[in-house]
Order: sequence, then C-alpha cells, then structure tokens
Amino acid sequence: MSIRIAVASGKGGTGKTTVATNLFRSIKREKAKHVLLVDCDVEEPNDILFFPQAQKVSRTSISQEIPTIDTNSCTFCRLCAEWCEFNAILVIPPAEFAEINPSLCHSCGACLVACPAEAIQVQNDPIGTITRYQEQGKDGILEGRLKIGSAMQTMVIRSLKQAIPASEELVILDAPPGTSCPVVETISGASYVILVTEPTPFGLHDLKLMLALMREIAIPFGVVINKANLGNQDLYHYLKEEKVEILSEIPFSRSYASQYARADLFTEIPHEVLEAHQKIVDKLKAKKLIP
Amino acid sequence: MKEITIISGKGGTGKTTVTAALATTGKNLVLCDGDVDAADLHLILEPQIMETFVFEGAWVASINQDLCAQCGICSEYCRYDAINMDDSGMRSIDPFKCEGCRLCERICPSRAIHSEKSNNNSWFISATRAGIMTHALMGPGEENSGKLVAQVRRKAREIAREREASMLLTDGPPGTGCAAISSITGTDQVLLVMEPSKSSLHDAQRVIELVEQFNIPISVIINKWDIDSEMASKIELFLQEHSIPVLGKLPFDESVVEAMIKGKTITEYAPESESSRVLRAVWSQLMP
Repeated sequence: MSIRIAVASGKGGTGKTTVATNLFRSIKREKAKHVLLVDCDVEEPNDILFFPQAQKVSRTSISQEIPTIDTNSCTFCRLCAEWCEFNAILVIPPAEFAEINPSLCHSCGACLVACPAEAIQVQNDPIGTITRYQEQGKDGILEGRLKIGSAMQTMVIRSLKQAIPASEELVILDAPPGTSCPVVETISGASYVILVTEPTPFGLHDLKLMLALMREIAIPFGVVINKANLGNQDLYHYLKEEKVEILSEIPFSRSYASQYARADLFTEIPHEVLEAHQKIVDKLKAKKLIP
Repeated sequence: MKEITIISGKGGTGKTTVTAALATTGKNLVLCDGDVDAADLHLILEPQIMETFVFEGAWVASINQDLCAQCGICSEYCRYDAINMDDSGMRSIDPFKCEGCRLCERICPSRAIHSEKSNNNSWFISATRAGIMTHALMGPGEENSGKLVAQVRRKAREIAREREASMLLTDGPPGTGCAAISSITGTDQVLLVMEPSKSSLHDAQRVIELVEQFNIPISVIINKWDIDSEMASKIELFLQEHSIPVLGKLPFDESVVEAMIKGKTITEYAPESESSRVLRAVWSQLMP
C-alpha cells in the first residue's frame, strides 16, 4: 500500500495548492521516491496551472450510470419510485408516465433491483474527466475535473482515487475546501493529513470544523499555518490547548503572492518561504512518511 | 425583492468579507449564509439566534451483527464500496461512505440492516445588526450540503418577501458542484469575487459557464487587485470580452484582517479607507 498524504483546509484559499505543489516538487527533486500529485479539487482543479511543462499523457471520461424507464414495458407499479431515496423518480400511473431525473440520481442501482418488469435500462452520462500528466521521469499529476453543471463531485473524486495506480509509492492528494462529503472522500484512506490554515478568525473557525472531522475519522494530522504574519494569536492558543502539532509556519510574502498570481511558484522562492516549505518535508521525513 | 448570490469559484478570494461589508452598507436587507460547509459570516455579524431547526440529513445504514449471516450480498450490491469486512472478520458499513440509498437494507435476506437519518445538521433564523439572517451548522463529513443550502435560502427568501426587504444577500460556497449549483438556482444576480491570479481566472471561467447555463446576470469584484496588476488587467480584458461588468476593484488591505479580528466589517472598521469607498460604490450599483 502506498503512502498517501492529503492536504486539506476547511476554509478555501488558505494555501492548499501552494503546500501540495511545493511538497510534490521537493520530493521530486530529491528523487528518492516516485511521487504522484492528485488534484482532488475536482470542482476547481488548478494544480496543473503551476506545471506548464507537464505533458498530457491521457484523458478518460468518467460517467455516471443513469437509469431510464422504458414506458412500453413499465407496469407503473411505482416500486422504483418508492425505493429511490433521492426522489429522482416520478411515476404517475393514470397518465402512464414514468421518468427519472438524472440530476437527482445517485446511481445507487436500487430502482434496477426494484423493477419487477425489467423496464429500467442504464445509460452512461458523462460527469467529468480524469487526466494524467507526466512531469519529468515517472513523476506525474493526476487531475479530476467535474463537468460544469454536474453536482456529482464526490463520484468524480471516487473514480479519480480508483485511477491511482497501485504501484505508486507516494501519493499527495490535494483536497477541495470545506468539510463535507467531497473532503471525506478525498482524505479517506490517507496515511496523514496536512491541514493548511491562516491565523485569522475565519481560518481558526474553519479549522475547528476540520478538527472535529479529523477526530471522527481518526487519521493522524498536523497543521501548517500560512500567511503566519497576518492575523492574531488566537489560532496558536487554540492549537496549543488542543495539543495539535504545528508542522510549519509560512510567512506572507507579497512578492511570492504575486508569483502565485502568475502561477509561477518555483522560479524565485523567497528564502523564508522556501525554509518553511522545507520544514514540512523534514517533519514528514521524521514521521517516516517520506524517505 | 432582489436576491444577489456572492460566489467565487476559487475559495478564499473574499466572498464573506464582501458580503459582510455590503450587508452593513445597505438597509432593509435579509441575509443568508449559503456556504454551509465552512460558514463564516456569523463571525462578523454575530447573530442572535431566534429559532433553531434540525435539518434531517441522509440515511445512514448499519448492520446488526446478531442478525447478520455474513452472506455478503449487501457488499455486492453497494455501489459506494461502503460495506467491507473489518479486522474482526465482520461486515460493517462505513458511515462516511454510505450515501443512504437503503438498497442494502431492502435486499438483506436476514433483515440485519437498519438505516437512520442523520440529525447532525442544524440551521437557524437569527437577528443581526445588518438584518435577519439564515445560516446553518453542518456536522463534519455530512452529505447533502446542496439540500441544506436550498433550505436556508428558501427560508431567507420567505422572510425577505414577508418583510418586504429590498434585497437578499446570499453568501455562497466555492466551487461549481452541488452546493454552488444550489446557491445560484433561481437567484436574480451573481456577484463574483475574483483575485488577480491565474487560479482565480481559471476557476471563474468555470463558474461563469455554470452561471450562464442558468441565464443569470453576473458582475465582478476584483479583490486584492494590486497583488499583481498585470494579472488584474488580463482578468479585466477577459471580462470585457464576455461583457461582464467589473463593479469595483479592492486593493490588498491588511486592515481587512484587522477588521475581521475586531468582529467588524471593513466598512465599519475603516469607513474612510479605499476598500470601504469601493464597496459603497459597488453597493450603489447593486441597489434595485
């Protein structure tokens, strides 16, 4: 089983992608192990923006099985509608009407089992893509991308994780923001989670939500404080009280923020920022998560 | 009554900061925190909760080990890979993976599976200094955030109509998925908060495509525009090509964080600042 390190945050825009891509680059440079960066923020994937040289190797379409009802064989018994917990099926027997709303369907397969008349068939509806990029040697980036208009982000993340080759020794998972099901899908099975936050009231509040989730799913984690010089001490007090490990503090640097803006994270990393990212690598090495 | 939903695509561009500032600038408003996953608006607007409701989440199935015959049929049928053998050799259901379809419960020949609705989510109607606000608290790892967003918005619209409010401001979630879709469905206008970065532009392009599918008018605020003025110009050009108006450009302003720490909006904390001036100008353009 490969080692999987997830980078998550609760609050958006705290620096998940910056931490994940810097970690990927550091490990890649040391060449001690092959590493795969997986962009699980499928609603807004942008890891690849920071690796303009990466070569696209393959793109596959992910689809969702959407059932359709053949009203010629349907007996309008309504059992499928009764079994559907997502209210996706409407059957009106007097009107001989039976239809499935694909935007509500979770593809659970219950209606297929329920139907006594074999009147339900499935067709594949695209919900997103998985793209594999090559970044020097064997190291790669795997990106999930939700089709615009689709609400099935968690399903795309599930397919994306299934697409990670078993041979990958070290995997970095860049999570979406938030604390609900897409985040759980991303971090489940991870060996370790890096939580990126900032020392502001919003950063602290959303980190508290994230900590509640971490304790429920019981995965070891540590915190990276980004923009460490913007804000106040409340976050530090809280982390001390909760006995949460601080992996590193990344100072806010206006020049690095401007580099980020141009998606140019690696040409000129300010010394103090580089040191802060190196500290994350060192801490993960000490934990034997990376060689 | 006009509803404006504030979204961003990319997280952390300043949705909540903008929403809170507009909320304390305008009069006769109703507010809705539609970012139920990581709700922060209450940190600034300090709501006094008037009514609390439990939001019934999805079903979660569990196996009664005394009745389970270990036949494995449930595992075969589960599309979510939620039912697996645990260390002790018993089958159990991972509540985080379970989507609540109840198929396992219906097909179990031993009737060993039972589902319960999660009641880990609550939502509230509150009073704030900027007006009545609806907001929610989601349990960690919960599903159906889209439905919870729809719930707080439905109530906010109802209150706004009852009180003949001039406007409903909805603070939306990041992304383009179920929560984002739920926050814009049926709204009157989308205000997109961007920052001058390639990531923000990339994410905004996706979210604009989504909003256009719903035929909702969009306008933009560029936050921290001076972090990279070249990228800011690129973004303005892009928006111009798409006939999307830029209502204002906010500078990078450390007093925004100071205001947040004081529990104030930027327009309350530093009313004479450039940021506040821009936000008041944005507000006058949004007024119905």
